[in-house]
Amino acid sequence: MPVLARELEGRGLPTVVVTPMPDGAEHLLTPRILGVEFPFGHAFGRPGDRRTQRRVLDVALAVLAGAAAPGTRIDLDLAWPEPRGAAYKSWQPAEPSPIVAMMLARQKK
Amino acid sequence: MRVDSFAFLPRSFRPLFEKPPRLPGHEAPVWAPFEKRLAEAKVALLTSAGLYVKATQAPFDAERERREPSWGDPSWRAIPAGIATSELGMMHLHLNAADVLADHDIALPTTVLAELVRDGVVGASTSQHVSVMGFQQAGLETWRSDTAPAIAALLRKEGADGVVLAPA
Repeated sequence: MPVLARELEGRGLPTVVVTPMPDGAEHLLTPRILGVEFPFGHAFGRPGDRRTQRRVLDVALAVLAGAAAPGTRIDLDLAWPEPRGAAYKSWQPAEPSPIVAMMLARQKK
Repeated sequence: MRVDSFAFLPRSFRPLFEKPPRLPGHEAPVWAPFEKRLAEAKVALLTSAGLYVKATQAPFDAERERREPSWGDPSWRAIPAGIATSELGMMHLHLNAADVLADHDIALPTTVLAELVRDGVVGASTSQHVSVMGFQQAGLETWRSDTAPAIAALLRKEGADGVVLAPA
């Protein structure tokens, strides 16, 4: 996603990336970053939780409109409301993705 | 507080994602200033959850990814702003799709953006938003050469003043 953000930014479109991996996004020189400590696929919160979804989007828009310089990073101080172990398992697919399956098969050899 | 970027990842993934390699041409900062007040600006959303409109669009290509595990479909889909969750499909082999298919606003918050427009926080939403499939390795160059220019052209035509991107 940092790659797309940079490509759009380079074509004159201001961007903000809402991401659970702000360290990597920073390293890739993403122009504006909102870090969220949420599981993958849940950048704006849980299904049906409009309050959290609105808060995340509201802060993301503030970063988009208000950041003064490239590399601006804000981390949202909001904890995921479920136990970390359960959340860690629930975002992952039922079967490993093809690349993970390939890596696991290599490790077994 | 500082977000733990690896809170929900297997520990073995850390070396892969801690300092991902910068692509050629991406070694320096890039910046497009946000010129307007938010309440007068038009905003677009972009997700990499692999969403598509079931009635009119093909899913992202999972079969090729199964054959070529380092390849991810680099194409993109335009998603109408007024879409209902029930109209969306999701093709992303790296995620459990259940929560996104229960409420797409967790990845592409079209409903929340519409609320912010109604409340005067944001000037307007683009009439179309954008979906890509976020696993990109072998397809990454196509993202840069074809996908990004096409998305930028759509968003310029839509009159977007800024874009909120969320990886999945």
